[in-house]
Amino acid sequence: MIERLKTLDRRWIFLLVFLSVSLPILFEAQFPETPTALARSTFDAIESLPSGSKILLSYDYDPASEGELGPMATAFAYHCAAKGHKLYFMALWPVGSQMIDDTIANVIRADFPQMEYGRDYVNLGFKSGNEGVIKVVVTDFRQLYTTDAFGTDIDDIPMCQGVTSVQDMDLVINVSAGYPGTKEWVQYAVTAYPDQIKLVGGCTGVQAPLLYPYIPDQLPGLLGAIKGAAEYEKLVVDHYHLEDNPKYHEGLRRMGPQLVAHLLMILLIIAGNVVYFAEKRGGGQ
Amino acid sequence: MNRNTIRWTVILLLGAVLLLANALLRGAGSSYVRSVPMEFVNVGSAEAPHWVDVASDEALDYDLEAVPATDRIGWERLNRVTPGEYFAARAKNPEQTEIRFSWAHTLGTWAAALFTLFIMSFLYRDNPFYKIAEAVVVGVSAAYWMVVGFWDVVVPNLLAKVAPDLVRSWAMPGLSGGPDYAYIIPLILGVMLLMRLSPVGAWISRWPLAFIIGSTAGIRLVGFIHADFLSQIRNSIIPLVVAAPDGGGFLFWDSVKNIVLVIGVLCALVYFFFSIEHTGVVGKTAKVGIWFLMVTFGAAFGYTVMGRIALLAIRLEFLFDNWLWLIDPKGERAVATIHAMVHPLMAWVGLG
Repeated sequence: MIERLKTLDRRWIFLLVFLSVSLPILFEAQFPETPTALARSTFDAIESLPSGSKILLSYDYDPASEGELGPMATAFAYHCAAKGHKLYFMALWPVGSQMIDDTIANVIRADFPQMEYGRDYVNLGFKSGNEGVIKVVVTDFRQLYTTDAFGTDIDDIPMCQGVTSVQDMDLVINVSAGYPGTKEWVQYAVTAYPDQIKLVGGCTGVQAPLLYPYIPDQLPGLLGAIKGAAEYEKLVVDHYHLEDNPKYHEGLRRMGPQLVAHLLMILLIIAGNVVYFAEKRGGGQ
Repeated sequence: MNRNTIRWTVILLLGAVLLLANALLRGAGSSYVRSVPMEFVNVGSAEAPHWVDVASDEALDYDLEAVPATDRIGWERLNRVTPGEYFAARAKNPEQTEIRFSWAHTLGTWAAALFTLFIMSFLYRDNPFYKIAEAVVVGVSAAYWMVVGFWDVVVPNLLAKVAPDLVRSWAMPGLSGGPDYAYIIPLILGVMLLMRLSPVGAWISRWPLAFIIGSTAGIRLVGFIHADFLSQIRNSIIPLVVAAPDGGGFLFWDSVKNIVLVIGVLCALVYFFFSIEHTGVVGKTAKVGIWFLMVTFGAAFGYTVMGRIALLAIRLEFLFDNWLWLIDPKGERAVATIHAMVHPLMAWVGLG
């Protein structure tokens, strides 16, 4: 048995991972989710603001990380719209602009048709320059954003009148897949103006451990990967009674494959250790 | 042909037949669109045109009948709809053409599905299908970044600043403000950077490169010192005994959390302090530091696994949902799914 495990073709492991992810998807298995303190503080940061507050949503991700970040981006937009906030979308990633378009089509136009472009939400689009963009817009928005994503003069957009910088926003929400992302927003926006700019975010699993040191002073709320998205979705679904709307259950649904695949990973790690110690006991190296 | 080749040929042919049957009999992988006619009329002059959507409230302010055909423009916008909407529209009126089958979107779905399988086939072994998908990704990415670089960087950040009237006339009609000739400096630096490609004078590119490295290092240094170094020191100076905000005793678990945090920071710092030999108390403290670091790496590994599983899940979800129509989590279709077929059993084991 041990010898067989030692020489196991890695393709059997690929097949097991495939089955562990695909079977829960095929059978649409869902498991209960309990929101943790970080998801609650993210939810509270949006919920505690009075209706009509200005929220800047920076969607700094692309289709490659849509699986992890799409559900939280959708839930963020729904939560802000349902609360009656004014949404300012922007992106530091080129394809982030398309992610914003998708969210506007799937959430705002579909579920909040009464919201008017330019009065309730605006898509400022992508700006190149990475952290340089953040450094500029925290003091002067119009230096970079002279038009919205469709080429309309920013001064002709009613909800942009009176907005001079990110410091005028009541909250910044960042959905981040890497560089530039939440880390840069913390470094160049929150740390520079801690009393004026408040940031909550959602990030990929790879980034999450690097962002935890910023909690809670520099980053009061963080959704780490699909688990954080599922917890936040649970709060939004319960609070706004979206139990029958599957669009807002994507994160919760994707936790089914996570559970089974993680159990498999734990079993594989145990098996690997058993083989290692058995070999050691048997006089191997 | 050897036995292995025959076996794989049979498997692939069988898979192709099943896919075709699934597509023809159930419509799997099909996409549908709603046709929305768009019409705009010019209510301004030829010199200062003002186009108005005939469907908008603004159009009510004008006499559109009087607008000549030359000042009208129209096209058809195709909005993607769910198969369920198409089935419902067809059931209501089989002759309707507002919602119809879309070849372009259907081919897009099939191309995305097949390329996903091509990439995944590398897990078995390297093969020509994987090579094709890899080449397409590289080619498309290069072209995409080139286009993005031109339209999102060169046009708005350079041309719109140096020649705003020109850019306003052909690319950004909402652009306001006059020229800012200070942007000629980055233009010159950009041209100097391209000298790297020149057979003579390649050294000229070192000047803008030095500027880029210097300014980037300066910006990032300040950011890191402020946000990561000084702020993290401040965030680590925390009370070891946390008092309740109302003054009623102390908070036990918050105190434990803070103590663990401080011990973790100090021990990890000792591990990286190499001026003293790691023996005795220093050695033991460094060992505790290693444990803290290992826990951190473990958490990072766990998060990475979660991220990768999520990426696999979204691709499989796409294959099973959009392409094969085996599942319907968003209720977009009215066809039988695996879940619907085994739902009674799922409910019985508590997973329904």
